Amino acid sequence: MIAPILLRRVGHIDPESLADYEAYEGFRALRQVLMRRPEQVVEMVKASGLRGRGGALFPTGVKWEAVARQPRRPKYVVCNADESEPGTFKDRVLLEGDPFAVVEAMVIAGYAVGASKGYIYVRGEYHRAYTRLSRAVSVAREAGYLGTHILGSDFSFDIEIRRGAGAYVCGEETALFESIEGKRGMPRQKPPFPTEQGLFGQPTLINNVETLACIPWIVRSGPAWFREIGSPAMPGPKLFCVSGAVQRPGVYEAPVTITLRELIEGMAGGLPSGQEVQAILVGGAAGAFATPEEMDTPLTPEALQAIGVPLGSGAIMVIDHRVPLWEVLRRVARFFAHESCGKCYPCQLGTYRQWEIVERLARGEPLPGDVERLRDIAATMADASICGLGQTAANAILSALEKGLVSVPTPA
Amino acid sequence: MKDQITLTIDGQTVRATPDATIMEVADAMGLSIPRLCYHPHLTPNTVCRLCVVEWEGARTLVPACVARVREGAVIHTASPRVQRARRVILELLASTVDLSESPTLLAYAQAWGADLRRFEAGARRQFPLYDDNPFYVRDYNKCVLCWRCVQTCADDLQYTYALTLGGRGFHSHITTAFNRPMPETTCVFCGNCVAVCPTGALKGKVAFLVQQGTPVPVALWRARPPR
Repeated sequence: MIAPILLRRVGHIDPESLADYEAYEGFRALRQVLMRRPEQVVEMVKASGLRGRGGALFPTGVKWEAVARQPRRPKYVVCNADESEPGTFKDRVLLEGDPFAVVEAMVIAGYAVGASKGYIYVRGEYHRAYTRLSRAVSVAREAGYLGTHILGSDFSFDIEIRRGAGAYVCGEETALFESIEGKRGMPRQKPPFPTEQGLFGQPTLINNVETLACIPWIVRSGPAWFREIGSPAMPGPKLFCVSGAVQRPGVYEAPVTITLRELIEGMAGGLPSGQEVQAILVGGAAGAFATPEEMDTPLTPEALQAIGVPLGSGAIMVIDHRVPLWEVLRRVARFFAHESCGKCYPCQLGTYRQWEIVERLARGEPLPGDVERLRDIAATMADASICGLGQTAANAILSALEKGLVSVPTPA
Repeated sequence: MKDQITLTIDGQTVRATPDATIMEVADAMGLSIPRLCYHPHLTPNTVCRLCVVEWEGARTLVPACVARVREGAVIHTASPRVQRARRVILELLASTVDLSESPTLLAYAQAWGADLRRFEAGARRQFPLYDDNPFYVRDYNKCVLCWRCVQTCADDLQYTYALTLGGRGFHSHITTAFNRPMPETTCVFCGNCVAVCPTGALKGKVAFLVQQGTPVPVALWRARPPR
């Protein structure tokens, strides 16, 4: 097992101490970056092969380059810290345990793409993360890592922190912008993409917390080093959130070449004694189920795709036989019906009807044609919804049905 | 004259200007793409998704009202995926909202093979009739949430901002600030929201009374907005 990178400081330093952060490599990447040209920094991120850790796996360097090339000013850097996917808590660990890393990465990002203002959008429920971040931002500002003429250079950059108010959809990047702008949190139709028209209609770089946390390490140790970790298509370390029926639930750092079994039985200590895996929900409520037979699958995007499961944000929820799976599906369905923002019809209506039908199936009282209704709703939401919420709202339920993890009751 | 580009829609090769939307090009070709929230004088909000079309190579369907054509694009306006999406959206709408005064939607339902009773076991959205001013009534049981009224009242025309969205998801609805009666809002009773409503959810008071068979009080003809 390799030594942790992203979690290297977490639990080992005082997250409120700038001196601790500096003693553990902190802000050295920024000093290095300020001596290079912005294009070189973008090139470095591109060469690293880093892909977005929020769940979409978009090539980070490509995004940086797209924003860097925009002639319009001002530009913004936004850190998406609205971690709300059920079963996901990796960003929380980083924000609470290593807040300066996010600040440093955002300054680097601002320098690389030509932005002078950054926003961190923190999930409303993350009180401690918010407190730690606020402190980190003000301490960093006092120390000259934020503000005008950072470390004596010509580069100026500052960060404002905004808190969410509890809506899952505000983790969707364009709904997040709407929220920062003071509007109702609803996604926008894309294109235009944030790189062209993001926050306040300006070119915007938006990255997940974990994605940003990789940046200083890429700068310090180089893209080649980063590529040695993980798989060719998914380089670098990845955080996994293992929860449910395991001995040691928590956040684990591993390359994506690790298998589900190694992660669950090795790192997380296996299931409680006497229990066996019934199903594994990978990627949270927006994810899909893996079966016990699929546990030797590595967590690379390609291997997971072959079994119809997204890596997503790295949530791994282990479910043993004490839990009725229909109960899990019922909660997933209720979750999406509750969290749909109501903007586009497929999701506004589809999540609600899906919940009603799953309730009927879970009770064992389906109506004739309910499974076909479910499939039609699922296809329509996936094909026609505006944003990822609706597009993925049927994934878990469909995968449980398709993999035969639940038995479908016959109508009376 | 901008440079023309060439693309394929439903097997036909067409030329278009690159800033044209799929809907504009398809309309010119005489193809019938259904639409509900779209209104030529309002900012497209892409909420209804009835105009979605299949763009070869795209992961999801794309809304024809805003998606701009591109050189070499291959687009299908009535592929099986498109048909299913339109049919299911209409079926879901019919199970939630009273479409009896939406002839266009009922015609779409017929055209796209929607079974309007397919989801009728589900809950409907239910609202009281808002009859709180002399000029128009609001019957949100007929509201499909196309947002036209909200946009007309706001930046798209009137800059009055009396209407807004309330609730979330299935429970979304059009409302006023704190659900106040209309005379207590910024409403100036311009009537533009009534004019753009496609489903009879907003209706002039006189038309409403006539429809109910109620004699129209003379005072109503003389009514003026409150000062």
